[in-house]
Amino acid sequence: MTEILTFLGKEDQYEKYELFFGPNHPGMHGNFSYILTVEGHTIKKVDPDPGLLHRGFEKLAERRKWMQNIALIPRICVPEPDINEVIYSIAVEKLMGIEVPIRAQYIRTIILEMARLGAFLFGFGGIGGATGLYTASYWTNADRDYLLDLFEWLSGARVYHMFIVPGGVRRDLPSGWIEKLSETVDYLQKRLYEYDRLIYNNPLIVKRLKGIGKLTKEEAIEYGITGPNLRATGVKYDTRKMVPYAAYNKIDFEIPIQSEGDGLARAIQRREEFQLSLDIIRKAIKDLPDGPVRLKMPNPLKFNVPKGEVYVKIESARGEHAYYIVSNGKDKPYRMAVRGGSYTAGLVLAQKILVGMRIEDVALWMATMDICPPDFDR
Amino acid sequence: MDYRKKSILGPLSSLKYLFKDPITVRYPKENKKTYPDVEGVSPQYRGRHINDLEKCIGCGTCMDICPTGAIEMVEFDDVKEKFGATKKRPVIDYGRCCFCAFCVDVCTSSSLSMSREFLHSFETPVELQKDDMGEEISKFFILRPDMEFSSNPGWKTDNEYSWLELERVCMGMIDPEERINSFIEIVKGYSKDQAIKEAERCVSCGLCKDACPIHMDIPEYIQAIFDDDVKESVKQIYKTNPLPEVCGRVCTHKCETACSIGHRGEPVAIRWLKRYAVDSLPLDEYKKILQTKPIKQVNKKVAIIGSGPAGLSAAYFLTLMGYKVTVYEENEKAGGIMRYGIPAYRLPDEALDKDLDFIISLGVEIKTNYKIDQEKFKRMYEENNAIVLSTGFNLGRSTRVPGTEREGVVQALDFLQEVRDYLTGKRTDVQITDNVLVIGGGNVAFDCSRSVARLQKMKYGKVKVTQVCLETLDIIPADKEEVEESGEEGVVLICGRGPKQIIIDENGHIKGLDSMKCESVFDENMNFNPHFNEEDRLICEATMIIEAIGQAPDYSYIPDEIKSKMKFERGKIVLDKDFSTGVEKLFAAGDIVRGPDIVNGIATGLNAAIGIDKKFTT
Repeated sequence: MTEILTFLGKEDQYEKYELFFGPNHPGMHGNFSYILTVEGHTIKKVDPDPGLLHRGFEKLAERRKWMQNIALIPRICVPEPDINEVIYSIAVEKLMGIEVPIRAQYIRTIILEMARLGAFLFGFGGIGGATGLYTASYWTNADRDYLLDLFEWLSGARVYHMFIVPGGVRRDLPSGWIEKLSETVDYLQKRLYEYDRLIYNNPLIVKRLKGIGKLTKEEAIEYGITGPNLRATGVKYDTRKMVPYAAYNKIDFEIPIQSEGDGLARAIQRREEFQLSLDIIRKAIKDLPDGPVRLKMPNPLKFNVPKGEVYVKIESARGEHAYYIVSNGKDKPYRMAVRGGSYTAGLVLAQKILVGMRIEDVALWMATMDICPPDFDR
Repeated sequence: MDYRKKSILGPLSSLKYLFKDPITVRYPKENKKTYPDVEGVSPQYRGRHINDLEKCIGCGTCMDICPTGAIEMVEFDDVKEKFGATKKRPVIDYGRCCFCAFCVDVCTSSSLSMSREFLHSFETPVELQKDDMGEEISKFFILRPDMEFSSNPGWKTDNEYSWLELERVCMGMIDPEERINSFIEIVKGYSKDQAIKEAERCVSCGLCKDACPIHMDIPEYIQAIFDDDVKESVKQIYKTNPLPEVCGRVCTHKCETACSIGHRGEPVAIRWLKRYAVDSLPLDEYKKILQTKPIKQVNKKVAIIGSGPAGLSAAYFLTLMGYKVTVYEENEKAGGIMRYGIPAYRLPDEALDKDLDFIISLGVEIKTNYKIDQEKFKRMYEENNAIVLSTGFNLGRSTRVPGTEREGVVQALDFLQEVRDYLTGKRTDVQITDNVLVIGGGNVAFDCSRSVARLQKMKYGKVKVTQVCLETLDIIPADKEEVEESGEEGVVLICGRGPKQIIIDENGHIKGLDSMKCESVFDENMNFNPHFNEEDRLICEATMIIEAIGQAPDYSYIPDEIKSKMKFERGKIVLDKDFSTGVEKLFAAGDIVRGPDIVNGIATGLNAAIGIDKKFTT
């Protein structure tokens, strides 16, 4: 092989080639692609090529009534659909100038953290997949099922819950649900130590991740990196703390940070945040107040939201997820735009940081950065 | 935590997993019963739909809310026809359904729910894989009303978390202690904010439109109120109803009985929303927004006898069609039963005058104090191209029990007219005593007893009115509000009793009413045929008795040769489909055709106008 390449190189016929790194590649996360210009194994140029996943969500939302959109928006993101429901609901509530009941705030917090746990479990599996440790993806996906059981009990659906609506949540917690959640949290806690042994203490993975896509604080801020990726570089910034929403300002928690900013730091940061999510759920269960879970809202068929514009951001597992919504006072949103957590990382940072890496590092870098195609393309 | 610690024995520690349960295989090792009380999926699973056809009213709200357009309302012959329901039922396409259960949360009749069943996959038989494939697939993917995929309910409609506002915006009323002192209007009416909030509850299903005798564009005018466009709302109202101020106060509101929201909560206050729209627009604005085009005159004259709701409705529509209309009224003022029957605390004169003034402003001529007799009728018949009879049921009916011929026993309509005349200052006094008994269970009977209560309070300072009716509370023909409000005002209602005789004392004065228990009001064919138990008697003391058991028509003004050509059935005139009496030029409307309320009067008035126009244009 080397001989042939050398020969082609000598003859100047085969210096560089283009590699389509898209859904055809098992390491690619969904319907997105990079067109890599590669020399040997080394990447020389990266062209992100979104568009395969475009379904026109933001435009579709303009054609649907405010409440009907609740059924549409969770579909923007499969691993963590609930963030969309929450941001959308908070945005509508801000436009209408209403405050949801405190119990609903706590339920939203619990759901958001459960969704984060689910997304992190997916992410741990992703690292396993990209490093050849498939046991990790099997374990985490199987454990994620317990969270889906809880979602199913609460909302009647496993993946797209459509449970959080403007004004609160659709139903109160079924009796026995909280106890089951507690059990699941304890189970996941126990499992987390096993993940440590399987993934984070695994010398193979540690060596493989170390140094991958190293970022400094300044670079991360310059490229608009948010979430665990930013915190892995040492910047203590979390939307849950900085711009609290739901019940986060009522729950006491400390944000973990790392300092190295490389692949390993990012993986460990996610592991630490998994622990944080478990802690937040425990605290929320402890403080869960009684009371109504939904405000009286207008009839969904005559639901007009006052004129105005609003930008709402919340912390997703991938970083800052935000919606910009404009209302012209009618029964449908006038304009809606979504800013995904990994938007700048996958489209802009990739063009710089992947250059010089080897082909097999691309999938691993995407797994450590938690690149999610619906963040650029909806 | 140090994630980088290494142990030489690390690989060996994984051996323990050989003795543990596998993590990725949950079944059958684990108990399949994940949730309490049920096997399988979650107790509120959102699977395929279940629709209770009997409960479903075909309002189509599920179709309106469906974010994916998966629901289509299709007419289905097998469903029973019932009041306030269409024959349409939802057909659900599972190729589109996203299982959000919004349709369930907004279901107005709580007939729709989602089951705990879902489809994993299905096999299409090989032999069907060519031509019939579409139909075969549709068996699995389309839920038609006659199909059932499951009877295992999951996600259900819940009033506690309802997406629909089930409670009405509270209407301001004057307190019983205050209102009893005068004939002031009880209902205060909605403010703008209240009206918009109430209009917001409407799901625009249109069942009210079907139930309304004049098929008013109710969803449209409610939408206009919601959009804070009162002018548009009044425009929509006047398309079919020339008496909205009256209807906004005293209509029997069939629309509210049919209202889909009423199945789970309180129906939308359609009547009061109408009143809000017309009340908030001054009369001079009417002209600017209604009839902006000049009316094209037709050279034909129409005489209308009686200026009640039917007569005014016919006059309004005929004038719009270009006819020269003259209305004849025997009383001093136009309005008929609306002015001389319904008490002022329900319908003040100002409201009626506003409707009337607009009708008159179109060019309708109303001749008051003009009582028609046979001579005048004949002359009128010669002079006009058409005549509309709308004289209504203006004679009182008597129970004809012994004693009714005595002085002190009065007829409801005579009494109510006296009260009205007293209030306008035409009379100086109304004959009442300090202990009055009213016989009857309809709205007119309540009008009497509540009017008496007010007069007694004004005259004697205390109320003592007893009302006796045949019907029990569940079948009483009067509105529920009448029963409640009269109770608040001190009227004692005795249900399920019929009169036996009026007791007279030795001086010839009325002493009370001897009543007997009514076992049943209707026979098997639902005809009025009361059955009494003469053993069970009750004597109610009273010194004055008002009979309000119904009214009868007076046809004495129609010349006999014309009357002989007309057909009558149970006191009402039988008409052909064009509302013609069968006699040349002679049409009829109102209670003498179809009763017994104002909105039916307006409907028949409109139909008579259409009938007349048809006669002259075809």
